[in-house]
Amino acid sequence: MKQTPKHMPKQMHLAAHFPGVNSTTVWTDPRSRSQIDFTSFEHLARTAERGKFDFFFLAEGLRLREHNGRIHDLDVVGRPESLTVLNALAAVTDRLGLAATVNATFNEPYELARRLATLDHLSDGRAAWNVVTSSDAFTGENFRRGGYLDRADLPQVLGSARTGGTPYTRAAEFVATARELWDSWTPDGTSRPFAHSGQHFDISGEFTVPRSPQGHPVVIQAGDSDEGREFAASAADVIFTRHGTLEAGRTFYADVKARLAKYGREPGDLKIMPGVTVVLGDTDAEAQQNAAEIRHQQVSPQNAILALEQIWGRDLSSYDPDGPLPDIDPDPGSSLVQGRVRVADPLAAAAKWRALSEAKGLSIRQTAIEATARQSFIGSPATVAAELEKFVTAEAADGFILVPHLTPGGLDGFVDQVVPILQERGVFRTEYTGSTLRSHLGLARPVWKS
Amino acid sequence: MSATRPLHLAAEIGGPPRYDAGSYAALARLAEGGTLDYVTLSDSFNRPGPDALAVLARVAPATTRIGLVPTVTTTHTEPFHVSSAVATLDWVSKGRAGWQADVSTTEAEARLFGRRPAAPAAALWQEAGETADVGARLWDSWEDDAEIRDVATGRFIDRDKLHYVDFEGSTFSVRGPAIVPRPPQGRPVTVIDGTSGPAREAAARHADIVHVRATSPEQAASLAGELRRGAAAHGRDPEDLRILVALTVDLGDAEKTPEPGLESGPQLAGRGTYFRGGPVDLAELITRWHRGGAVDGFHLTPITPERDLERIVNGTVALLQHRSLFRTFYPGGTLREHLGLGRPANRYALARNSEGTS
Repeated sequence: MKQTPKHMPKQMHLAAHFPGVNSTTVWTDPRSRSQIDFTSFEHLARTAERGKFDFFFLAEGLRLREHNGRIHDLDVVGRPESLTVLNALAAVTDRLGLAATVNATFNEPYELARRLATLDHLSDGRAAWNVVTSSDAFTGENFRRGGYLDRADLPQVLGSARTGGTPYTRAAEFVATARELWDSWTPDGTSRPFAHSGQHFDISGEFTVPRSPQGHPVVIQAGDSDEGREFAASAADVIFTRHGTLEAGRTFYADVKARLAKYGREPGDLKIMPGVTVVLGDTDAEAQQNAAEIRHQQVSPQNAILALEQIWGRDLSSYDPDGPLPDIDPDPGSSLVQGRVRVADPLAAAAKWRALSEAKGLSIRQTAIEATARQSFIGSPATVAAELEKFVTAEAADGFILVPHLTPGGLDGFVDQVVPILQERGVFRTEYTGSTLRSHLGLARPVWKS
Repeated sequence: MSATRPLHLAAEIGGPPRYDAGSYAALARLAEGGTLDYVTLSDSFNRPGPDALAVLARVAPATTRIGLVPTVTTTHTEPFHVSSAVATLDWVSKGRAGWQADVSTTEAEARLFGRRPAAPAAALWQEAGETADVGARLWDSWEDDAEIRDVATGRFIDRDKLHYVDFEGSTFSVRGPAIVPRPPQGRPVTVIDGTSGPAREAAARHADIVHVRATSPEQAASLAGELRRGAAAHGRDPEDLRILVALTVDLGDAEKTPEPGLESGPQLAGRGTYFRGGPVDLAELITRWHRGGAVDGFHLTPITPERDLERIVNGTVALLQHRSLFRTFYPGGTLREHLGLGRPANRYALARNSEGTS
């Protein structure tokens, strides 16, 4: 007997993050392979495509991280340049979206808009750009724009460069300028001159690439700050956010979606996709065991001391990771850590660690394991599928960006065991229905603006 | 017959701009069928066309042996990004990457970026040379065995084998180390068109392959001599330079034409002396010039790639192979191996090891 469902359940979007240069990625596992060889990227991308994922996501590095004046050596170090890898992956995949993280601070709109439009052409409409910025002089030391960025008073420097125009972040003007370039060819293939004159960019001429299959590549914005949310609401197609509790997710979701109307956008025009980790087991109990083991691998004794030093801002290398937390207080003005996000309030963070350690009688390493980022979804495939669906149904997310902990096999279990359940429950596609990333995400083709 | 230098052949696969991956992949595979050393794809911000390095990255998984050499400009780009992108092309092609350095001289290109006015070619080529220099240093900034994955000490890398380059150029500085580990070839191959004066100095100093435009074997020999002397003056082994004559070729429709040869006729984007004739005529010309010993080979820019490249491979190359003047298969896997160039030693490893023994 045939039954027509009352309504089609809300569809989930899924993306895969390549295991990164961070402490989530476990390289000590015997199954861990190269983070550089193309075969690793190919394996993960093909797995994601086999699972009918919306897109594959690459992060970016512009300066090796440092700790205490030396290159950080405990996590995976080194990665290829993302747009070049994605162009190569376009040759070995057919439908999977290809998202590159590219910094707006150390690039120029003309060149980057051209590279993104090229990827969109070469992949037949599968390109996405995750817009990030960095303002630290540390990263600037590798670039023409240089190391003045956080030494000088940034707003003043930029304000004095040009007068007129509204206060506008470089990233926002960068994206707007890129869109002007993408619109500078008419849909029927005529190139027309462009001219942009703003606070950060004053450029004119002709764009070398015709309008690409998606019109504009998909724009992703990463970050949860108030300005980030507003920027995403005004200009992005996807927001890559932090994962938290269901309640926190609902609050964030409602806040971001409510911002869309004033830009003339619909709630469906911006997809909210938190970055999540998944640990599977045959049973929920086994998954919990696996999760504990992975946490243990992620926080090596050396990494535990490092995590401690990141909060304390002091050299704590003489402390025993299996011993108690230090008695001394953090140094809030420390520059021990370079090239990664700093702990916002070291004194509060230290107090939290001490309370945790005292309450449970934990060593430095045990405290680090407890206190630092935890796995988002742990359980049997059925449990995880149900939890994921709950977040989407409850409007805490439109989908998820999975961050596997193993290169390159970290997505295999999810695709083989969880995706079929999601498909069975009718919340995830069984086949790609379109060929572009915009079509996977249910995003309209941008209106061409003359 | 006296031993001559092994013949090297390369072809440009650009032409009228195309934006689909398939047409480029088809041309690269055609060239690979002819066991050519490499294909080039020219690029400029000044005329329509996709990003060349991206196109050849897309072509890499669709080919297995042929070298991939996009033009990458250095005037309005970031040296650090250039180095990372070329190194990544080497990774995704498993050691088949090169790059042809070029500059952006026009005011129109300067306006696309709005950062700096147009500058004289001499200054831009100095900067291009510095970009090649810092790129090579960044490629060396990871020693080959820097990744140790030592579980006992929790260390993924041996940071003593990663190096700051601390490069101070005339227009930029780079701290380093690279983000991308040392690529398969150690250093991807650097190509420069050394015909113009300002470029010649950068070519002699930094290029592995130099393209030269010449209308006679004598002129080619004279340019080659100057380049090799220049390389020696910079402390390089002049035999490590590969000098290829750039020809724009129009192979028409016949095997042989009544009056084949070089013409002063239509120059296509300044990419070499114009040759008109049949595939056999071209093979004769290549044989004659190469026999003189002055040059290592030819970089051919077909005026109609789909037609002429097929004729080059099935006509010209087949004849050269029949005469045992050109390889019939690829004995090696990397572009450096095709060119007979060794994998360069890492300058920082050399310096560290010599410190250790002194």
